Amino acid sequence: MNNFHYERVTDVDTAVAAATGAGNSYLGGGTNLIDLWKYDLAHPEKLVDLNGIDELKEVTELPDGGLRLGALVTNNKTAYHPTVQERYPLLSRTILAGATPQIRNAATNGGNLLQRTRCYYFYDAASPCNKRVPGSGCPAREGHNRLHAILGHSEACIATMPSDMCVALAALEATVRVRGPQGERHIPFADFHRLPGEKPELDNTLGEDELILSIDLPARGFADHHTYLKLRDRHSYAFAVVSVALGYELDGEGKITTARIALGGVAHKPWRVPAAEELLVGQAPSEDQFARAADALLEGASGFKHNTFKIDLAHRAIIRAGAMAHDPSCQRPGAKPSL
Amino acid sequence: MSQSTLPQPKPEIGRPRRRIVGEQKVTGTATYAAEYAPENLLHGYVVNAKITKGRITGIEERAAREVEGVVEIMHHLRRPKMGYFDMQYSDIDAPPGSPFRVFYDANVQFNEQPIALVLADTFEAARYAASLIEVSYEEDPFDVDLHKNLDKARKPKEGIDSILKPMPPDDYGDFDRAFGEAAATYEGEVYHRSQHHNPLEMHATTTVYEGKGKVTVYDKTQGTTNSQMYVSSALGLKMSDVRVIAPFVGGGFGSGLRPQYQVLLSVMAALYLKRNVRVQLDREQMYTFGHRPETLQRVRFGASADGKLTAVSHEAYAETSRFEDYHETVVNHAGVLYPVENVHLDYQLVPLDRFTPLDMRAPGGLTGVLAVETAMDQLADRLQMDPLEFRLKNYAERDQSTGKPFSSKELRACYSQAAERFGWDQRKPTGQHPRRGNRLVGHGMASGIWDAIMLPAKATARLTTEGKLLIQCALNDCGQGAYTVMSQIAADELGLPFEDVTFEYADSKLDASPVQGGSFTTGVVGSAVKAACFALKDKIFHLAQILDGFPLGDALLPDVTFTGGEIVLHADPSVRIPFTEIIAFNKGKALEVSKTNIPNPIKLKRYTRNSHAASFVEVEVDAQLGVVYLTRAVTAVAAGRIMNTQTARSQILGGMVWGISMALREETLLDHNMGKFMNTNLAEYHVPVHADIGELDVIFVEEKDDIVNELGVKGLGEIGTISMAPAIANAIFNATGKVVTQFPFKLGDL
Amino acid sequence: MSSPHQIQLTVNGKTQQLSVRPWVSLLDALRHHLHLHGTKKGCDHGQCGACTVICDGERVLSCLNLAVMKDGSEITTIEGLGQPGNLHPLQEAFLEHDAYQCGYCTPGQICSGVALIEEGHATTREEVKELMSGNLCRCGANTNIIDAIMAVKDGAHE
Repeated sequence: MNNFHYERVTDVDTAVAAATGAGNSYLGGGTNLIDLWKYDLAHPEKLVDLNGIDELKEVTELPDGGLRLGALVTNNKTAYHPTVQERYPLLSRTILAGATPQIRNAATNGGNLLQRTRCYYFYDAASPCNKRVPGSGCPAREGHNRLHAILGHSEACIATMPSDMCVALAALEATVRVRGPQGERHIPFADFHRLPGEKPELDNTLGEDELILSIDLPARGFADHHTYLKLRDRHSYAFAVVSVALGYELDGEGKITTARIALGGVAHKPWRVPAAEELLVGQAPSEDQFARAADALLEGASGFKHNTFKIDLAHRAIIRAGAMAHDPSCQRPGAKPSL
Repeated sequence: MSQSTLPQPKPEIGRPRRRIVGEQKVTGTATYAAEYAPENLLHGYVVNAKITKGRITGIEERAAREVEGVVEIMHHLRRPKMGYFDMQYSDIDAPPGSPFRVFYDANVQFNEQPIALVLADTFEAARYAASLIEVSYEEDPFDVDLHKNLDKARKPKEGIDSILKPMPPDDYGDFDRAFGEAAATYEGEVYHRSQHHNPLEMHATTTVYEGKGKVTVYDKTQGTTNSQMYVSSALGLKMSDVRVIAPFVGGGFGSGLRPQYQVLLSVMAALYLKRNVRVQLDREQMYTFGHRPETLQRVRFGASADGKLTAVSHEAYAETSRFEDYHETVVNHAGVLYPVENVHLDYQLVPLDRFTPLDMRAPGGLTGVLAVETAMDQLADRLQMDPLEFRLKNYAERDQSTGKPFSSKELRACYSQAAERFGWDQRKPTGQHPRRGNRLVGHGMASGIWDAIMLPAKATARLTTEGKLLIQCALNDCGQGAYTVMSQIAADELGLPFEDVTFEYADSKLDASPVQGGSFTTGVVGSAVKAACFALKDKIFHLAQILDGFPLGDALLPDVTFTGGEIVLHADPSVRIPFTEIIAFNKGKALEVSKTNIPNPIKLKRYTRNSHAASFVEVEVDAQLGVVYLTRAVTAVAAGRIMNTQTARSQILGGMVWGISMALREETLLDHNMGKFMNTNLAEYHVPVHADIGELDVIFVEEKDDIVNELGVKGLGEIGTISMAPAIANAIFNATGKVVTQFPFKLGDL
Repeated sequence: MSSPHQIQLTVNGKTQQLSVRPWVSLLDALRHHLHLHGTKKGCDHGQCGACTVICDGERVLSCLNLAVMKDGSEITTIEGLGQPGNLHPLQEAFLEHDAYQCGYCTPGQICSGVALIEEGHATTREEVKELMSGNLCRCGANTNIIDAIMAVKDGAHE
């Protein structure tokens, strides 16, 4: 644990300048960072509090028909924003499936992307963990690994990325707009989170001192056919064991023209396989079609002692999500994952 | 004029009554252990060992000492004198063995053992400095794996705790023969991991240093007397120099039955530094002491073709530490619940390098009945009998395991009333309920049983100078409602309005109280309160008899009624003597009586004394995804007299939630390679959330019991929990055909 | 070491000037600096809801906020909702429905419930349960807590 300096900034340039330097950290809602700091897992030298930057607290329409979600808009404000509810109900529903009202009132959109894994061993400062201390080992492989990855894991790390919101953002093909000392750039959502490989210490592709400015949604929101199915160890306030964000569009004959499926709780990034989605194009939605897509999505999945069940569960969940997406109106926040 | 025409106030006992501490609790003005804020308070933060077994070889504290505000760092090399003998650390609830001694020496006996305490001016400085302490160790090999050490299982050592937690009776009949001849048999295992109490309030103690070696200790405990005795004996202090106060306790569930290490550390630091010291554990540290033991059970049940249970074998293997033999009554219940004639029971402990387990809500009973009642449903299924019919067919009119009669037993009424309320007649055999969308429907039921324990206790009753009643006892209340119930008992005994009774409690300077646990508080302390009030009544009456002019004539106590703060003569109700007149006659002085209620062991021993319950549960199970929803449940309870129908209902509802949690939610994950619990937080240790709880209903069955105690109460703390978990498991089986053998039943287990 | 920051909080309508180090949580500032112990510490990590307060009209977890982050904010704690003899309707409903046992999660449940009613996102009992799930109750008073909130919520709509 450590003590730190604190600085509050009111504009982006000052923020980036203030954060430049080893150990300096941006502070948004703090719901993950302060928790990590208290657990002796994050050791910021200085916290640069972004909450005075009003320009990052807005939801604005984009010229291409998309929607820009400011990085500092809270998860709850985003979920209940009328435009989000109308055009991106998948995102709204997904956000509301995560955490609790109290946490969502503080947690920001930018911060949501940066949540660190909930791996028990990562969260215990006394345990070896390659993500925390590269080269120290991974006790999760032989230990408790229910929350862990079945896809995209490596010898070094089997952790998962815990966000719900990111699973929907992956399905929606959002873009992450960031600014750093070298200026502004746009990161496609699929490229934002990293699989562990040999460098599990790197969660994402955000550069040092880069600040997330906004999450930009494209125009397509799958408002007619979508679902977020979250399976977890209690009916609320628990991280996903497996989750599915799924959306599709139909043509006049009821055939799928575009489909997106992203899985949560199974890898260190929302798991998408575009080829699996392609399989659905031109097909009428059906259990068989979603099962084919699920096969493709889960190809190569392999589990550990306590999480192998997730392979089969994810398969079933994809099929169910396909059915649930047909009539999203039957879904309400907190509703049971059934028709 | 007959007594019946006298104006009788509505009795307090048996009515709903709001808690006397309710307004404080809902306004944030109730003060818990970590909230006493004496001047110049030091904050203590505990450092825990990061090895599982071995010795501390060095403690590097320089960096910690440089933190602004740090005052002292204590550990086994820097502490006040501590007791030498095991006896000095044996609290009221200690099992046989050598109790853990915090900071005693360099030995590390379990992972996360407390090994140092940082004291600083602020909480933040103490916490930060604690993180800077570096400890070096010499590590020894360890073993924490229950399954791998079943070959080392052995019988528990017996101690004084065996009185409350009896060992299994010897085998009777011929199990092997009966099981071999049974028309239907079931063999199965039931397993659950360790579980932690996790009261919402983390353990904390604020010690006020009063000077000259005296301390006032605001502790989170389930027994102020127990804490006082433990602290004074471990540190070699006079009992009178240690006063423990604990009016508000943010949940106990057993975690406060033994004084936990924060109390000794807080007092040690206060004495060492002659300062006021608060030590509050953090949530991770709440997993560093007692817990419900990981237990593996094996059951073999056999029945005749006509549905008579003929053979029961129940074996259990539970964890304990290397230093104490914590044991529970796990395997004794089937022989009490059912009149089976061929019984084999075995209960063994597996000592491991972990901390000693500790009673946790419905200890042993929940564990054992879970195995018994799930096995009963499996047998019923094999016999193609309705589970309720099967239980009624095997209804015990006497306790077959001892041959004794029950002091009272209204389990049959529990079954019938709960079944009716639930609509058990709608139940279909396994797998035959119509689906609801994707969900399978299952109905399950189970019986529950818990001992009605009786112990001695003392209380004081005082008629104040205003003619009102003050009762006193060191008893404290973690939310069960005892303060309110004690006041109700006192009010009725003296015929006073509830508002005229004051209860002074939760202070070790008052009459000694047993710990609050085991469902015995109302029976035990309530009987003492009643006895003290009766004695006070007698004293008041004796003064009334000699009032000037002898208004009562030659009337005796049965010839008068105490009501509304007056003594009323039956023969002439116009003769009314206000209590204030008695006080005046007593020269304005209060009248006081202390009374110890000692139960009659000879009378009690002739009976088996139990509370009973039956739970009926509906679940929906998502057929493809394996998600279980508890939609509704009814629990009927026969627990003797119900003192306060509102708080009693809450007790049972709480127990039902604990049953849901046992069946579907909570467990602590132990890493066998590292020897430590991994999900030591409330994000990954899943206690139920509001969304998990379906519609719950409670029925209290009328039950009269003149044996158990003066009040006829059996207690409610545990019984609500016990029947719920197996009923849920049985409902899952009814819905899916899946036999639940590992608890909790989770996603992926179908 | 970072020097103390001077901040202003309006707590239960009263303006308070505080000198706090950056690493002091809002929860500890309330409990240790202002001696408002009604806001409870149940985990200190955002996992239980016992520290819920209403900050600038929204329910938040005071343990996961640094006090310095809330400079200039208006905060309502359980003490500000009502006091003995002058209870908030939800506090009264908690008494009526016996919606508490040990009392330790209670201030957080009540603050959360008051905010939930104000937010207006929950209509059905199922929705109230979902949107109250950030407040754990270990005693198992769950059904009584939801009953109390439903009673006040539905009463407010009449």
